[in-house]
Amino acid sequence: MEILLIIVSAIFVNNIVLAQFLGICPFLGVSNKLSTATGMSAAVCFVITLATIVTYLLNNYLLVPLGLEFLQTISFILVIAALVQMVEIVLKKVSPSLYQALGIFLPLITTNCAVLGVAITVVTKEFTFGLPSHMLGLGEAVLYAFATSLGYGLAMVLFSGMREQLSLNDVPKAFKGVPIALVTVSILAMAFMGFSGMV
Amino acid sequence: MAAASNLKNMALCLFGTCLVCSAVLAGVYALTAAPIAETNAALLKASIAKVLPEGGEISEAKALEVGGMPSEYYECVKDGETVAFAVKSTTVGFGGPLTVMVGLLPGGVVYNTSVLAHTETPGLGAKCTTDEHFYGQFRNYDAVNGKLTVKKDGGDLDAITASTITSRAYSLAVKNAVEALAGVPMPISE
Amino acid sequence: MTKFQLITKGLVKDNPTFVLLLGMCPTLATTTSAVNGLSMGLATLFVLVLSNMVISAIAPAVPDKVHIPVYIVVIATFVTVLQFVMQAYTPDVYATLGLFIPLIVVNCIVLGRAEAFASKNGIIDSALDGIGVGLGFTLSLTVIGLVREILGSGSAFGFKFISGDGILAFVMAPGAFLVLGYLMVLFNKIAKKD
Repeated sequence: MEILLIIVSAIFVNNIVLAQFLGICPFLGVSNKLSTATGMSAAVCFVITLATIVTYLLNNYLLVPLGLEFLQTISFILVIAALVQMVEIVLKKVSPSLYQALGIFLPLITTNCAVLGVAITVVTKEFTFGLPSHMLGLGEAVLYAFATSLGYGLAMVLFSGMREQLSLNDVPKAFKGVPIALVTVSILAMAFMGFSGMV
Repeated sequence: MAAASNLKNMALCLFGTCLVCSAVLAGVYALTAAPIAETNAALLKASIAKVLPEGGEISEAKALEVGGMPSEYYECVKDGETVAFAVKSTTVGFGGPLTVMVGLLPGGVVYNTSVLAHTETPGLGAKCTTDEHFYGQFRNYDAVNGKLTVKKDGGDLDAITASTITSRAYSLAVKNAVEALAGVPMPISE
Repeated sequence: MTKFQLITKGLVKDNPTFVLLLGMCPTLATTTSAVNGLSMGLATLFVLVLSNMVISAIAPAVPDKVHIPVYIVVIATFVTVLQFVMQAYTPDVYATLGLFIPLIVVNCIVLGRAEAFASKNGIIDSALDGIGVGLGFTLSLTVIGLVREILGSGSAFGFKFISGDGILAFVMAPGAFLVLGYLMVLFNKIAKKD
Protein backbone atom coordinates (compact mmCIF):
# COMPACT_ATOMS: atom_id res chain seq x y z
CA MET A 1 0.00 0.00 0.00
CA GLU A 2 2.71 2.41 1.02
CA ILE A 3 4.65 1.61 -2.15
CA LEU A 4 1.63 2.48 -4.23
CA LEU A 5 1.16 5.72 -2.29
CA ILE A 6 4.76 6.76 -2.88
CA ILE A 7 4.48 6.08 -6.60
CA VAL A 8 1.16 7.86 -7.13
CA SER A 9 2.21 10.77 -4.96
CA ALA A 10 5.56 11.27 -6.67
CA ILE A 11 4.32 10.87 -10.24
CA PHE A 12 0.96 12.61 -10.20
CA VAL A 13 0.15 14.49 -7.02
CA ASN A 14 3.49 16.17 -6.45
CA ASN A 15 4.73 16.06 -10.01
CA ILE A 16 8.25 17.39 -9.94
CA VAL A 17 7.84 19.77 -12.88
CA LEU A 18 4.21 20.81 -12.68
CA ALA A 19 3.82 21.07 -8.91
CA GLN A 20 7.33 21.45 -7.50
CA PHE A 21 8.91 23.55 -10.25
CA LEU A 22 12.12 21.55 -10.45
CA GLY A 23 14.06 20.89 -13.63
CA ILE A 24 12.22 23.54 -15.63
CA CYS A 25 15.19 24.67 -17.73
CA PRO A 26 15.72 21.36 -19.55
CA PHE A 27 11.96 20.88 -19.50
CA LEU A 28 11.54 23.97 -21.66
CA GLY A 29 14.83 23.53 -23.45
CA VAL A 30 14.65 20.05 -24.93
CA SER A 31 10.93 19.41 -25.15
CA ASN A 32 10.66 20.55 -28.76
CA LYS A 33 10.71 17.04 -30.11
CA LEU A 34 9.29 13.86 -28.65
CA SER A 35 12.46 11.86 -29.36
CA THR A 36 14.83 14.22 -27.53
CA ALA A 37 12.34 14.55 -24.69
CA THR A 38 12.30 10.79 -24.25
CA GLY A 39 16.10 10.63 -24.29
CA MET A 40 16.44 13.40 -21.75
CA SER A 41 13.83 11.79 -19.49
CA ALA A 42 15.64 8.47 -19.55
CA ALA A 43 18.97 10.11 -18.70
CA VAL A 44 17.40 12.14 -15.87
CA CYS A 45 15.66 9.06 -14.53
CA PHE A 46 18.94 7.17 -14.43
CA VAL A 47 20.91 9.97 -12.79
CA ILE A 48 18.27 10.96 -10.23
CA THR A 49 17.91 7.40 -8.96
CA LEU A 50 21.64 6.77 -8.83
CA ALA A 51 22.42 10.17 -7.28
CA THR A 52 19.78 9.71 -4.61
CA ILE A 53 21.21 6.34 -3.58
CA VAL A 54 24.72 7.75 -3.31
CA THR A 55 23.81 11.02 -1.57
CA TYR A 56 21.47 9.22 0.83
CA LEU A 57 24.26 6.86 1.90
CA LEU A 58 26.77 9.71 2.01
CA ASN A 59 24.49 11.81 4.18
CA ASN A 60 23.34 9.17 6.64
CA TYR A 61 26.55 7.18 7.01
CA LEU A 62 29.21 9.86 6.67
CA LEU A 63 27.98 13.43 7.10
CA VAL A 64 25.50 12.90 9.94
CA PRO A 65 27.67 10.59 12.10
CA LEU A 66 30.62 12.96 11.72
CA GLY A 67 28.52 16.05 12.38
CA LEU A 68 29.38 17.48 8.97
CA GLU A 69 25.85 18.34 7.84
CA PHE A 70 27.04 21.78 6.91
CA LEU A 71 28.84 20.23 3.94
CA GLN A 72 25.57 18.81 2.59
CA THR A 73 24.98 21.14 -0.35
CA ILE A 74 28.60 21.24 -1.45
CA SER A 75 29.21 17.50 -1.17
CA PHE A 76 25.92 16.60 -2.87
CA ILE A 77 26.62 18.76 -5.90
CA LEU A 78 30.16 17.36 -6.16
CA VAL A 79 28.84 13.81 -5.96
CA ILE A 80 26.29 14.55 -8.65
CA ALA A 81 28.86 16.18 -10.91
CA ALA A 82 31.27 13.26 -10.45
CA LEU A 83 28.49 10.74 -10.93
CA VAL A 84 27.38 12.28 -14.19
CA GLN A 85 30.97 12.16 -15.44
CA MET A 86 31.32 8.54 -14.41
CA VAL A 87 28.05 7.52 -15.97
CA GLU A 88 29.19 9.17 -19.16
CA ILE A 89 32.52 7.31 -19.18
CA VAL A 90 31.02 3.94 -18.24
CA LEU A 91 28.21 4.26 -20.73
CA LYS A 92 30.64 5.11 -23.50
CA LYS A 93 32.59 1.89 -22.80
CA VAL A 94 29.77 -0.49 -21.96
CA SER A 95 26.97 0.49 -24.26
CA PRO A 96 27.92 2.80 -27.10
CA SER A 97 24.39 2.70 -28.51
CA LEU A 98 22.87 3.87 -25.23
CA TYR A 99 25.59 6.48 -25.01
CA GLN A 100 24.65 7.72 -28.44
CA ALA A 101 21.06 8.10 -27.32
CA LEU A 102 21.67 9.69 -23.91
CA GLY A 103 25.19 11.06 -24.20
CA ILE A 104 24.40 14.57 -25.30
CA PHE A 105 22.00 15.07 -22.42
CA LEU A 106 24.33 13.91 -19.68
CA PRO A 107 26.47 17.06 -19.30
CA LEU A 108 23.29 19.12 -18.97
CA ILE A 109 22.11 17.08 -16.01
CA THR A 110 24.67 18.33 -13.49
CA THR A 111 22.94 21.68 -13.42
CA ASN A 112 19.45 20.21 -13.58
CA CYS A 113 18.02 21.29 -10.27
CA ALA A 114 15.70 18.27 -10.20
CA VAL A 115 18.64 16.02 -9.31
CA LEU A 116 19.97 18.12 -6.43
CA GLY A 117 16.41 18.98 -5.41
CA VAL A 118 15.36 15.36 -5.00
CA ALA A 119 18.63 14.46 -3.25
CA ILE A 120 18.17 17.22 -0.67
CA THR A 121 14.43 16.66 -0.24
CA VAL A 122 14.91 12.97 0.47
CA VAL A 123 17.31 13.52 3.37
CA THR A 124 15.72 16.61 4.91
CA LYS A 125 11.97 16.36 4.57
CA GLU A 126 9.52 14.25 6.49
CA PHE A 127 7.02 12.39 4.39
CA THR A 128 3.58 11.07 5.16
CA PHE A 129 2.78 8.10 3.00
CA GLY A 130 0.01 7.04 5.30
CA LEU A 131 0.56 7.86 8.96
CA PRO A 132 2.82 8.76 10.68
CA SER A 133 5.17 11.25 9.06
CA HIS A 134 8.76 10.06 9.07
CA MET A 135 12.15 10.35 7.41
CA LEU A 136 12.51 8.03 4.43
CA GLY A 137 14.46 4.78 4.66
CA LEU A 138 16.87 3.86 1.86
CA GLY A 139 14.35 1.68 0.05
CA GLU A 140 11.64 4.31 0.18
CA ALA A 141 14.10 7.00 -0.83
CA VAL A 142 15.15 5.09 -3.92
CA LEU A 143 11.56 4.33 -4.83
CA TYR A 144 10.59 7.96 -4.29
CA ALA A 145 13.48 9.17 -6.46
CA PHE A 146 12.67 6.70 -9.21
CA ALA A 147 8.96 7.52 -9.17
CA THR A 148 9.71 11.24 -9.15
CA SER A 149 11.88 10.89 -12.21
CA LEU A 150 9.12 8.89 -13.89
CA GLY A 151 6.88 11.87 -13.17
CA TYR A 152 9.49 14.05 -14.83
CA GLY A 153 9.42 11.78 -17.85
CA LEU A 154 5.65 11.80 -17.98
CA ALA A 155 5.44 15.60 -17.90
CA MET A 156 8.22 15.86 -20.46
CA VAL A 157 6.73 13.40 -22.92
CA LEU A 158 3.21 14.81 -22.59
CA PHE A 159 4.48 18.31 -23.08
CA SER A 160 6.74 17.56 -26.03
CA GLY A 161 3.82 15.88 -27.77
CA MET A 162 1.85 19.08 -27.35
CA ARG A 163 4.71 21.24 -28.49
CA GLU A 164 5.12 19.24 -31.67
CA GLN A 165 1.51 20.01 -32.46
CA LEU A 166 1.91 23.59 -31.36
CA SER A 167 4.79 24.23 -33.73
CA LEU A 168 2.47 23.54 -36.67
CA ASN A 169 0.03 26.18 -35.52
CA ASP A 170 0.06 29.84 -36.27
CA VAL A 171 0.53 31.68 -32.98
CA PRO A 172 0.84 35.47 -32.58
CA LYS A 173 4.41 36.64 -33.08
CA ALA A 174 4.99 37.82 -29.52
CA PHE A 175 3.85 34.42 -28.21
CA LYS A 176 6.19 32.37 -30.42
CA GLY A 177 8.55 30.00 -28.66
CA VAL A 178 8.71 29.98 -24.90
CA PRO A 179 5.71 32.20 -24.01
CA ILE A 180 3.15 29.96 -25.70
CA ALA A 181 4.94 26.96 -24.21
CA LEU A 182 4.53 28.44 -20.74
CA VAL A 183 0.85 29.08 -21.31
CA THR A 184 0.50 25.45 -22.41
CA VAL A 185 2.35 24.19 -19.33
CA SER A 186 0.02 26.28 -17.24
CA ILE A 187 -2.97 24.37 -18.57
CA LEU A 188 -1.12 21.08 -18.10
CA ALA A 189 -0.35 22.07 -14.51
CA MET A 190 -4.00 22.88 -13.98
CA ALA A 191 -4.91 19.39 -15.17
CA PHE A 192 -2.40 17.87 -12.75
CA MET A 193 -3.90 19.89 -9.90
CA GLY A 194 -6.87 17.57 -10.16
CA PHE A 195 -4.67 14.94 -8.52
CA SER A 196 -3.90 17.05 -5.45
CA GLY A 197 -5.14 15.68 -2.17
CA MET A 198 -5.41 12.17 -3.56
CA VAL A 199 -2.64 10.88 -1.30
CA MET B 1 46.32 32.22 -18.78
CA ALA B 2 44.87 29.02 -17.36
CA ALA B 3 47.29 26.56 -15.79
CA ALA B 4 48.08 23.43 -17.80
CA SER B 5 45.56 20.61 -17.54
CA ASN B 6 47.91 17.88 -16.37
CA LEU B 7 46.86 15.41 -13.72
CA LYS B 8 48.94 16.96 -10.96
CA ASN B 9 47.58 20.45 -11.53
CA MET B 10 44.01 19.27 -11.78
CA ALA B 11 44.15 17.14 -8.65
CA LEU B 12 45.92 19.87 -6.70
CA CYS B 13 43.50 22.53 -7.82
CA LEU B 14 40.37 20.53 -7.06
CA PHE B 15 41.70 19.27 -3.77
CA GLY B 16 42.88 22.71 -2.75
CA THR B 17 39.54 24.34 -3.59
CA CYS B 18 37.61 21.71 -1.68
CA LEU B 19 39.91 22.06 1.31
CA VAL B 20 39.70 25.84 1.42
CA CYS B 21 35.93 25.82 0.90
CA SER B 22 35.34 23.20 3.58
CA ALA B 23 37.49 25.19 5.97
CA VAL B 24 35.54 28.37 5.20
CA LEU B 25 32.26 26.55 5.72
CA ALA B 26 33.42 25.00 8.98
CA GLY B 27 34.36 28.49 10.15
CA VAL B 28 31.06 30.06 9.15
CA TYR B 29 29.20 27.11 10.64
CA ALA B 30 30.99 27.56 13.94
CA LEU B 31 30.21 31.29 13.88
CA THR B 32 26.54 30.92 13.02
CA ALA B 33 25.74 27.78 15.02
CA ALA B 34 25.02 29.74 18.18
CA PRO B 35 22.82 32.43 16.54
CA ILE B 36 20.90 29.72 14.64
CA ALA B 37 20.27 27.76 17.83
CA GLU B 38 19.20 30.95 19.59
CA THR B 39 16.84 31.92 16.76
CA ASN B 40 15.28 28.46 16.69
CA ALA B 41 14.89 28.43 20.46
CA ALA B 42 13.29 31.88 20.38
CA LEU B 43 10.90 30.83 17.62
CA LEU B 44 9.89 27.69 19.52
CA LYS B 45 9.44 29.66 22.72
CA ALA B 46 7.29 32.23 20.93
CA SER B 47 5.11 29.50 19.42
CA ILE B 48 4.66 27.89 22.84
CA ALA B 49 3.99 31.19 24.60
CA LYS B 50 1.27 31.91 22.03
CA VAL B 51 -0.86 28.99 23.20
CA LEU B 52 -0.32 29.36 26.96
CA PRO B 53 -1.57 31.79 29.61
CA GLU B 54 0.77 34.74 30.02
CA GLY B 55 3.48 35.01 32.61
CA GLY B 56 4.41 31.38 33.13
CA GLU B 57 7.85 29.80 33.05
CA ILE B 58 8.12 27.28 30.20
CA SER B 59 9.89 24.02 31.05
CA GLU B 60 12.26 21.93 28.96
CA ALA B 61 10.77 19.61 26.32
CA LYS B 62 9.44 16.35 27.70
CA ALA B 63 8.88 13.28 25.56
CA LEU B 64 5.30 12.21 24.96
CA GLU B 65 3.63 9.91 22.47
CA VAL B 66 0.93 11.84 20.62
CA GLY B 67 -1.35 9.98 18.22
CA GLY B 68 1.03 7.02 18.13
CA MET B 69 4.04 9.16 17.27
CA PRO B 70 6.92 10.35 19.40
CA SER B 71 6.41 14.02 20.13
CA GLU B 72 6.94 16.36 23.06
CA TYR B 73 5.19 18.64 25.50
CA TYR B 74 6.11 21.59 27.69
CA GLU B 75 4.87 22.58 31.11
CA CYS B 76 4.01 26.12 32.03
CA VAL B 77 4.92 26.77 35.65
CA LYS B 78 3.63 29.80 37.54
CA ASP B 79 4.58 30.36 41.20
CA GLY B 80 5.82 26.78 41.49
CA GLU B 81 2.57 25.39 40.16
CA THR B 82 1.96 23.80 36.78
CA VAL B 83 -0.84 25.86 35.28
CA ALA B 84 -0.87 24.68 31.68
CA PHE B 85 0.72 22.42 29.09
CA ALA B 86 1.75 22.88 25.47
CA VAL B 87 1.65 19.70 23.37
CA LYS B 88 3.14 19.37 19.90
CA SER B 89 0.85 17.27 17.74
CA THR B 90 1.26 16.21 14.11
CA THR B 91 -1.40 14.79 11.80
CA VAL B 92 -1.75 14.48 8.05
CA GLY B 93 -3.58 17.29 6.29
CA PHE B 94 -4.42 17.74 2.64
CA GLY B 95 -0.90 18.44 1.41
CA GLY B 96 1.25 16.69 4.01
CA PRO B 97 2.10 16.88 7.70
CA LEU B 98 0.20 19.43 9.77
CA THR B 99 1.87 20.27 13.07
CA VAL B 100 -0.14 22.08 15.71
CA MET B 101 0.97 23.38 19.09
CA VAL B 102 -1.90 22.84 21.51
CA GLY B 103 -2.06 24.70 24.80
CA LEU B 104 -4.07 22.84 27.45
CA LEU B 105 -5.21 23.69 30.94
CA PRO B 106 -5.34 20.94 33.55
CA GLY B 107 -8.76 19.29 33.32
CA GLY B 108 -8.81 19.05 29.55
CA VAL B 109 -9.71 22.59 28.49
CA VAL B 110 -7.92 23.83 25.38
CA TYR B 111 -6.38 27.23 26.05
CA ASN B 112 -5.30 28.06 22.51
CA THR B 113 -3.80 26.45 19.40
CA SER B 114 -1.34 27.52 16.76
CA VAL B 115 0.02 25.97 13.58
CA LEU B 116 3.76 25.27 13.65
CA ALA B 117 4.16 23.83 10.16
CA HIS B 118 1.85 22.96 7.31
CA THR B 119 1.83 22.31 3.57
CA GLU B 120 -1.84 23.01 2.89
CA THR B 121 -3.15 24.61 -0.30
CA PRO B 122 -2.77 28.40 -0.27
CA GLY B 123 -6.17 30.07 -0.02
CA LEU B 124 -7.94 26.87 1.01
CA GLY B 125 -6.48 24.66 3.71
CA ALA B 126 -3.79 27.22 4.51
CA LYS B 127 -6.59 29.35 5.97
CA CYS B 128 -6.26 27.25 9.12
CA THR B 129 -3.59 29.78 10.11
CA THR B 130 -5.61 32.89 9.25
CA ASP B 131 -9.32 32.00 9.55
CA GLU B 132 -10.15 33.47 12.93
CA HIS B 133 -13.55 31.80 13.00
CA PHE B 134 -11.97 28.38 12.55
CA TYR B 135 -9.05 28.40 14.92
CA GLY B 136 -10.96 30.62 17.36
CA GLN B 137 -13.30 27.69 17.98
CA PHE B 138 -10.58 25.85 19.85
CA ARG B 139 -9.96 28.69 22.29
CA ASN B 140 -11.27 27.72 25.74
CA TYR B 141 -12.80 24.60 24.24
CA ASP B 142 -13.83 22.01 26.81
CA ALA B 143 -12.32 18.92 25.25
CA VAL B 144 -13.61 16.52 27.90
CA ASN B 145 -17.30 17.19 27.37
CA GLY B 146 -17.15 18.28 23.72
CA LYS B 147 -16.81 16.33 20.51
CA LEU B 148 -13.56 17.37 18.93
CA THR B 149 -14.36 16.85 15.28
CA VAL B 150 -16.03 18.71 12.43
CA LYS B 151 -19.82 18.94 12.19
CA LYS B 152 -19.81 16.75 9.09
CA ASP B 153 -18.55 13.91 11.29
CA GLY B 154 -21.01 14.68 14.08
CA GLY B 155 -18.75 16.96 16.10
CA ASP B 156 -18.95 20.53 17.37
CA LEU B 157 -16.67 22.36 14.98
CA ASP B 158 -17.32 24.37 11.84
CA ALA B 159 -14.90 23.34 9.11
CA ILE B 160 -13.05 25.83 6.92
CA THR B 161 -15.10 26.30 3.75
CA ALA B 162 -14.00 23.81 1.07
CA SER B 163 -11.26 22.43 3.31
CA THR B 164 -12.83 19.64 5.30
CA ILE B 165 -9.70 17.49 5.21
CA THR B 166 -7.53 20.23 6.71
CA SER B 167 -10.18 20.97 9.33
CA ARG B 168 -10.39 17.29 10.22
CA ALA B 169 -6.63 17.04 10.50
CA TYR B 170 -6.51 20.12 12.73
CA SER B 171 -9.25 18.81 15.00
CA LEU B 172 -7.60 15.41 15.15
CA ALA B 173 -4.29 17.02 16.11
CA VAL B 174 -6.00 18.82 19.01
CA LYS B 175 -7.87 15.66 20.00
CA ASN B 176 -4.68 13.57 19.94
CA ALA B 177 -2.96 16.16 22.10
CA VAL B 178 -5.78 16.09 24.66
CA GLU B 179 -5.81 12.30 24.75
CA ALA B 180 -2.03 12.02 24.98
CA LEU B 181 -1.88 14.46 27.85
CA ALA B 182 -4.66 12.62 29.69
CA GLY B 183 -2.23 9.71 30.02
CA VAL B 184 0.41 11.85 31.74
CA PRO B 185 0.31 11.74 35.54
CA MET B 186 -0.62 15.26 36.62
CA PRO B 187 1.54 17.06 39.13
CA ILE B 188 -0.63 17.36 42.23
CA SER B 189 -1.71 20.90 42.89
CA GLU B 190 -3.47 22.41 45.93
CA MET C 1 31.12 48.39 -22.12
CA THR C 2 31.15 51.03 -19.43
CA LYS C 3 30.72 50.31 -15.75
CA PHE C 4 27.27 51.83 -15.89
CA GLN C 5 26.23 49.55 -18.74
CA LEU C 6 27.48 46.53 -16.79
CA ILE C 7 24.97 47.29 -14.07
CA THR C 8 22.00 48.25 -16.23
CA LYS C 9 22.20 45.69 -19.01
CA GLY C 10 20.62 43.00 -16.83
CA LEU C 11 17.51 45.08 -16.28
CA VAL C 12 16.22 45.06 -19.84
CA LYS C 13 18.60 44.16 -22.64
CA ASP C 14 20.04 40.98 -21.14
CA ASN C 15 17.33 40.38 -18.58
CA PRO C 16 18.11 36.91 -17.22
CA THR C 17 14.47 35.90 -16.87
CA PHE C 18 12.61 37.39 -19.80
CA VAL C 19 15.36 37.45 -22.43
CA LEU C 20 17.89 34.76 -21.51
CA LEU C 21 15.32 32.42 -19.91
CA LEU C 22 17.69 31.40 -17.12
CA GLY C 23 16.89 30.33 -13.58
CA MET C 24 13.32 29.35 -14.38
CA CYS C 25 12.83 27.08 -11.36
CA PRO C 26 13.15 29.69 -8.59
CA THR C 27 11.39 32.19 -10.84
CA LEU C 28 8.30 30.04 -10.93
CA ALA C 29 8.45 28.48 -7.49
CA THR C 30 9.20 31.39 -5.18
CA THR C 31 7.12 34.17 -6.72
CA THR C 32 3.92 33.51 -4.80
CA SER C 33 4.13 37.09 -3.51
CA ALA C 34 6.16 40.20 -4.29
CA VAL C 35 8.12 39.95 -1.06
CA ASN C 36 9.00 36.29 -1.66
CA GLY C 37 10.18 37.09 -5.18
CA LEU C 38 12.22 40.00 -3.89
CA SER C 39 13.92 37.92 -1.19
CA MET C 40 14.77 35.14 -3.64
CA GLY C 41 16.21 37.73 -6.04
CA LEU C 42 18.34 39.29 -3.33
CA ALA C 43 19.56 35.88 -2.12
CA THR C 44 20.66 35.06 -5.67
CA LEU C 45 22.25 38.50 -6.04
CA PHE C 46 24.34 37.87 -2.93
CA VAL C 47 25.68 34.56 -4.23
CA LEU C 48 26.16 35.93 -7.73
CA VAL C 49 28.29 38.91 -6.69
CA LEU C 50 30.52 37.00 -4.29
CA SER C 51 31.04 33.96 -6.50
CA ASN C 52 31.73 36.19 -9.50
CA MET C 53 34.43 38.04 -7.56
CA VAL C 54 36.14 34.93 -6.22
CA ILE C 55 35.97 33.12 -9.53
CA SER C 56 37.41 36.05 -11.42
CA ALA C 57 40.28 36.08 -8.90
CA ILE C 58 41.10 32.37 -9.09
CA ALA C 59 40.28 31.72 -12.75
CA PRO C 60 43.87 32.16 -14.05
CA ALA C 61 45.11 29.44 -11.71
CA VAL C 62 42.45 26.86 -12.55
CA PRO C 63 43.26 24.22 -15.16
CA ASP C 64 40.72 24.19 -17.99
CA LYS C 65 39.49 20.65 -17.56
CA VAL C 66 38.41 21.06 -13.96
CA HIS C 67 37.12 24.60 -14.10
CA ILE C 68 33.43 23.64 -13.86
CA PRO C 69 33.78 21.54 -10.67
CA VAL C 70 35.94 24.22 -9.08
CA TYR C 71 33.41 26.95 -9.90
CA ILE C 72 30.57 24.81 -8.57
CA VAL C 73 32.42 24.24 -5.31
CA VAL C 74 32.98 27.97 -4.92
CA ILE C 75 29.33 28.71 -5.65
CA ALA C 76 28.15 25.96 -3.29
CA THR C 77 30.30 27.44 -0.53
CA PHE C 78 28.64 30.84 -0.80
CA VAL C 79 25.21 29.25 -1.00
CA THR C 80 25.85 27.34 2.21
CA VAL C 81 27.14 30.50 3.91
CA LEU C 82 23.94 32.21 2.81
CA GLN C 83 21.90 29.32 4.23
CA PHE C 84 23.50 29.69 7.65
CA VAL C 85 23.15 33.45 7.73
CA MET C 86 19.50 33.27 6.70
CA GLN C 87 18.74 30.55 9.25
CA ALA C 88 20.25 32.69 11.96
CA TYR C 89 18.83 36.10 11.14
CA THR C 90 15.84 35.71 8.79
CA PRO C 91 14.33 32.32 9.70
CA ASP C 92 10.90 33.26 8.27
CA VAL C 93 12.29 34.01 4.84
CA TYR C 94 14.42 30.88 4.98
CA ALA C 95 11.37 28.77 5.81
CA THR C 96 9.36 30.27 2.95
CA LEU C 97 12.02 29.87 0.27
CA GLY C 98 13.03 26.48 1.66
CA LEU C 99 14.58 24.12 -0.85
CA PHE C 100 15.22 26.88 -3.37
CA ILE C 101 18.00 28.43 -1.31
CA PRO C 102 20.35 25.42 -1.61
CA LEU C 103 19.22 25.10 -5.22
CA ILE C 104 20.85 28.45 -6.07
CA VAL C 105 23.90 26.22 -6.60
CA VAL C 106 22.40 24.84 -9.77
CA ASN C 107 20.80 28.11 -10.89
CA CYS C 108 22.10 28.43 -14.43
CA ILE C 109 22.45 32.20 -14.00
CA VAL C 110 25.22 31.87 -11.42
CA LEU C 111 27.30 29.27 -13.21
CA GLY C 112 26.52 30.97 -16.51
CA ARG C 113 27.94 34.33 -15.39
CA ALA C 114 30.98 32.58 -13.91
CA GLU C 115 31.67 30.88 -17.22
CA ALA C 116 30.78 33.68 -19.58
CA PHE C 117 31.98 36.71 -17.69
CA ALA C 118 33.82 36.31 -14.41
CA SER C 119 36.42 33.85 -15.69
CA LYS C 120 37.51 36.34 -18.34
CA ASN C 121 37.25 39.69 -16.56
CA GLY C 122 38.68 41.55 -13.58
CA ILE C 123 37.32 41.43 -10.07
CA ILE C 124 35.60 44.83 -10.09
CA ASP C 125 33.95 44.29 -13.45
CA SER C 126 32.82 40.83 -12.35
CA ALA C 127 31.30 42.24 -9.19
CA LEU C 128 29.45 44.89 -11.20
CA ASP C 129 28.29 42.24 -13.66
CA GLY C 130 27.00 40.19 -10.73
CA ILE C 131 25.15 43.19 -9.34
CA GLY C 132 23.67 44.00 -12.76
CA VAL C 133 22.46 40.51 -13.56
CA GLY C 134 21.35 39.99 -9.95
CA LEU C 135 19.31 43.19 -10.02
CA GLY C 136 17.70 42.16 -13.30
CA PHE C 137 16.77 38.82 -11.77
CA THR C 138 15.48 40.48 -8.60
CA LEU C 139 13.40 42.94 -10.60
CA SER C 140 11.82 40.20 -12.73
CA LEU C 141 11.03 38.04 -9.70
CA THR C 142 9.50 40.96 -7.83
CA VAL C 143 7.33 41.90 -10.81
CA ILE C 144 6.13 38.32 -11.32
CA GLY C 145 5.52 38.00 -7.59
CA LEU C 146 3.62 41.29 -7.53
CA VAL C 147 1.35 40.30 -10.41
CA ARG C 148 0.65 36.91 -8.86
CA GLU C 149 0.02 38.45 -5.46
CA ILE C 150 -2.37 41.09 -6.83
CA LEU C 151 -4.36 38.56 -8.83
CA GLY C 152 -4.07 35.65 -6.45
CA SER C 153 -4.37 37.17 -2.98
CA GLY C 154 -5.66 40.67 -3.68
CA SER C 155 -2.72 42.32 -1.99
CA ALA C 156 0.53 44.03 -2.94
CA PHE C 157 3.69 43.64 -0.85
CA GLY C 158 1.50 42.23 1.90
CA PHE C 159 -0.99 45.13 1.95
CA LYS C 160 -4.43 43.79 1.26
CA PHE C 161 -6.64 45.99 -0.88
CA ILE C 162 -9.65 43.75 -1.42
CA SER C 163 -11.49 41.78 1.20
CA GLY C 164 -11.80 38.06 0.63
CA ASP C 165 -9.66 35.93 -1.63
CA GLY C 166 -8.19 36.60 -5.02
CA ILE C 167 -8.12 34.16 -7.90
CA LEU C 168 -6.43 31.28 -6.11
CA ALA C 169 -5.06 29.63 -9.23
CA PHE C 170 -2.54 32.46 -9.56
CA VAL C 171 -0.88 31.59 -6.27
CA MET C 172 -0.66 27.95 -7.31
CA ALA C 173 1.39 26.25 -10.01
CA PRO C 174 -0.72 27.03 -13.11
CA GLY C 175 -0.71 30.74 -12.29
CA ALA C 176 3.07 30.76 -12.10
CA PHE C 177 3.45 29.46 -15.65
CA LEU C 178 0.66 31.62 -16.98
CA VAL C 179 1.91 34.90 -15.47
CA LEU C 180 5.47 34.24 -16.59
CA GLY C 181 4.26 33.42 -20.10
CA TYR C 182 2.15 36.55 -20.44
CA LEU C 183 4.77 38.82 -18.89
CA MET C 184 7.24 37.44 -21.40
CA VAL C 185 4.87 38.36 -24.21
CA LEU C 186 4.52 41.84 -22.78
CA PHE C 187 8.28 42.13 -22.46
CA ASN C 188 8.75 40.98 -26.06
CA LYS C 189 6.25 43.57 -27.24
CA ILE C 190 7.75 46.47 -25.33
CA ALA C 191 11.46 45.81 -25.04
CA LYS C 192 12.26 44.18 -28.34
CA LYS C 193 10.42 46.66 -30.51
CA ASP C 194 13.33 49.03 -31.05
